[in-house]
Amino acid sequence: MKRIISIAASLGITFTGYAQEPEMADGMRSEGKIYVVVAILAVILFGLVAYLISIDRKVTKLEQRLNDGKPR
Amino acid sequence: MAKLKNPRGLEDSQVMKMSYWKILSILLLVYTVTGGFLMEVPRLAIVNETIRSLYFHVPMWFGMVVMFLTSTLYAVRYLKKPGAYFDIISVEFANTGLIFGFLGIVTGMIWANYTWGTPWHGDPKQNGAAVALLIYCAYFVLRGSLENSEQRARLSAVYNIFAFAAMIPLIFIIPRLTSSMHPGSGGNPGFNTYDLDRNMRMVFYPAVIGWILLGVWIATVRIRLRNIEDKILELEYEKNH
Repeated sequence: MKRIISIAASLGITFTGYAQEPEMADGMRSEGKIYVVVAILAVILFGLVAYLISIDRKVTKLEQRLNDGKPR
Repeated sequence: MAKLKNPRGLEDSQVMKMSYWKILSILLLVYTVTGGFLMEVPRLAIVNETIRSLYFHVPMWFGMVVMFLTSTLYAVRYLKKPGAYFDIISVEFANTGLIFGFLGIVTGMIWANYTWGTPWHGDPKQNGAAVALLIYCAYFVLRGSLENSEQRARLSAVYNIFAFAAMIPLIFIIPRLTSSMHPGSGGNPGFNTYDLDRNMRMVFYPAVIGWILLGVWIATVRIRLRNIEDKILELEYEKNH
């Protein structure tokens, strides 16, 4: 693992050129654009979870109809 | 308070109820997508910001292992006491586990393309994971090829135990015995540099629990659907005979 880190570190130096430390999305953060990413992911997550909840409820209704012997 | 009834004559409280663990899963996942992008991570070369993929890629594998383990435990229970009920639980957990595994391998390929240079590096961890998934695909091929439901349940339960026993060395042992680019492999368990970081652990562990709970949720819904299907088939059979 030490070898991998050292390779990673040496490659990092060549990639980042004269930069002292690895490049991170600091610009994106300071501009607040990171919130766009978070918002998009949150919307997708909410959408999928809402969908799962609705499927879950439909299954519950089906279970109740079968167990109560209600007309199908 | 009078209970409202929906058009189908069911009490809303019965339809609306939601287990605490499902709510916990949602909360943990919301925390994962917000905290996962907004909280501090170590500044490392090559991986840079992609280190945040750890909150999504690795929990897929944790989820897969939990799903497959549950599947195997129910396969054992089936063999001890045969019944369609345990077979359905076993197969649906394997199903959900396979989805998690595919998501894990695809996300791993995207990540590898950026950090290792190619999507498929032929790394022992990648190859092992691919073989493990193929073994589990064969589980469904086996099930699909048998007409008799009892025979299908029994043979696939035995195969399921084999599949789990084969997956563990393929994913967790072989990559550690050889040199691997994948973190946590090549002799060292755990996540090494990432694992030492307190900030990352604060998101990583909740993320793992959240994704696992989501997988259990999906699996249970599928199990319930299969039970309904079985019951309908039973009623149809009664009607026709």
